[in-house]
Amino acid sequence: MQYSKNQLFFLASLRILIGWHFLYEGLIKIFNPGWTSKAYLLTAEGPFSSFFTWLGGSGLADMADVVTIILLIGVGLALVLGAFEKVAAFAGIALLAMFYLSHPPLPWLDNAGPSEGNYFIVNKNLIELAALGVVAFFPTSHLVGLMYYFKKQDSGSEKVGQHAAG
Amino acid sequence: MSKEKQSQDSGRRKALKGLIGLPFAGGILIGAYAESRKRRLAKRNILEALNIEAMRPETSADMSGEPVRVGIIGFGGRGQHLVRVLGFATPSWLERMKEEENEEAVKAFREQENLNVKLTGVCDVFDVYAEEAAASFPDCKRYRHYEEMLDSPDIDAVVIATPDHWHAPIAIAALQAGKHVYVEKPMTHNIRETYALREAARNSKAVLQVGHQHRQTQSFITAKDIIKKKVLGHVSLVQTNTNRNDDNGAWQYDIHEKASPQTIDWAQFLGNAPRIPFNKEHFFRWRKWWAYGSGLSGDLMTHDYDRINCVLEMGMPKYVSASGGIYTHNDGREVPDVFQVMMEYPDFSTGSSRPKGIEKGMTFMYSATLGNQFNRGTILMGHDGTMELGNTLTVYADPGSTRFAAMLEANLIQPDVPVYSYNPEAEEVDAITSATAKYFADKGLLWTYRDGKRVDSALLHMKEWLGAIRNGTPVSCGIDQGFEEAMTAHMGGLAWKTGRRIEWDPINEQIVALPGEDLDAILLATNVGEYAAMDM
Repeated sequence: MQYSKNQLFFLASLRILIGWHFLYEGLIKIFNPGWTSKAYLLTAEGPFSSFFTWLGGSGLADMADVVTIILLIGVGLALVLGAFEKVAAFAGIALLAMFYLSHPPLPWLDNAGPSEGNYFIVNKNLIELAALGVVAFFPTSHLVGLMYYFKKQDSGSEKVGQHAAG
Repeated sequence: MSKEKQSQDSGRRKALKGLIGLPFAGGILIGAYAESRKRRLAKRNILEALNIEAMRPETSADMSGEPVRVGIIGFGGRGQHLVRVLGFATPSWLERMKEEENEEAVKAFREQENLNVKLTGVCDVFDVYAEEAAASFPDCKRYRHYEEMLDSPDIDAVVIATPDHWHAPIAIAALQAGKHVYVEKPMTHNIRETYALREAARNSKAVLQVGHQHRQTQSFITAKDIIKKKVLGHVSLVQTNTNRNDDNGAWQYDIHEKASPQTIDWAQFLGNAPRIPFNKEHFFRWRKWWAYGSGLSGDLMTHDYDRINCVLEMGMPKYVSASGGIYTHNDGREVPDVFQVMMEYPDFSTGSSRPKGIEKGMTFMYSATLGNQFNRGTILMGHDGTMELGNTLTVYADPGSTRFAAMLEANLIQPDVPVYSYNPEAEEVDAITSATAKYFADKGLLWTYRDGKRVDSALLHMKEWLGAIRNGTPVSCGIDQGFEEAMTAHMGGLAWKTGRRIEWDPINEQIVALPGEDLDAILLATNVGEYAAMDM
């Protein structure tokens, strides 16, 4: 895929910024040993609330904490450093989908959880999820990121900048 | 530029492109570490400054050995609950829980700790209740009169869950017979018998426990430590409330279909109350009349009084005044359904962070309505902080605090974010709760995750009593606490009835009466009929 300089700049920025967000959330949770997802899960609402409240109340809740932290840090590192971005993006989409579905901003739900803004069906989780779709299908790691060193040599020299943006 | 140089440049650029994420990752790592370190330090500073110990109650008393043989006197709603706590559920209760799909309650009952008790007797003046107990439990014999039960060698201890006017007469007789007593609140129904019961308890080797089970609540034990460490500073106002808005809450209990003069020993029910003809409503809804109950002061204010007395140990109020009336349930009742009691403690202090002598004295306000159930919490208001007391416990620093002035100034603590919050089910104490945690705590949702079993505090209270019987360990709500609870309730009732500020004389340990005034006669005065003789 060939990008203009501007396209590459914003696509790579998007990847790194989302990675930043994931990585920071994951690290903060690691550094705060009291953190748990239980309260978040137990207060789930909407069509899938029974699944999430079951998860929060079951013995799997501790595992859910560990999996969440590993995913946040793994996805974050991959996106920031630029490696396995497609896999990371899909993992991130799965995680965000869980966050979104457990507290969907649906108008008929009383408490979609505390939030700093006003949302109707669309919230920041959903937007970040869609943005991860862009990251997955418009890869940039092989241009700016660790994958640069592993790209096939026959893919030729860099094409960036040779064509004007679409 | 030579080709060599160009290729060197391009190599560097390539290296940069590949490693562009590294500085970001490093920055994020440092940022996250710095941020959590800041939070941890702030939390540690505050916890160290507050020095509150979230104490768990002492480990369980030894329940081994021969089972304690218990008799239940009064097998109505409360009596049945207390007996379940001892390990005995009637088949009809199990069936009702099944019908109501309340599997949690059945599960909690099945999993509750075995207190090693044998239920050997029941005494209830309503045949249906007494026969149900006798039929449900194999060793449970029915006694027609409580005196027969107290004479029986098969009974070591009694649980008294009768109407209020029977609490003291039975408790006194039991203690004199050497039987251990667990008596429901209010401990007594009038002033005279409060002294008599204290005398009987002091002269008896048997153990008396008054049924204020909230003394077992973990958050209250922590609250005690918070007061001891002077976190709140001088508490000048305590606010407790009852907010109910349903028939059951207003003591409009169901009248059993089988109730009749044939199934109810009416004369025994009346006891020292005025002799009036059989009346089903009086029998089942006795809390509505001064002759048998004591309305909000005895039924519900006693809870709040003892809760606060357990935390502050402030004892008897110096003055008590009251207001209220029958404003929400004008159905023939005598006791008020809207009721405010102001208890004054002019010499009491929880400690002070200000110059000596400025702060002293406290008002304890109890406010109740049976016509609205908006949840007003229990709040202890001090110069340095505010404590909201419930199953969870939250402490806020006061913006005008002397003790926390420097921390507030440095923005280490904020007045609208709790400086301390205690949730007995959570694994660790959280010094600064986030806005999110506060949101969940406010909704009571943090209670839902608990890794242990749900334990009924009445079970712990019973266990403490049984532990005292078996091992001689102390009880938390014995005769002295019961005396203060009952006398304060009587002062509240008197203040409402007389419209006067009622005074306590701490030297002579008595309520101050006007010349020629019979306070018990005023307290018990009822429209249901004349007392035969005031020999209660």
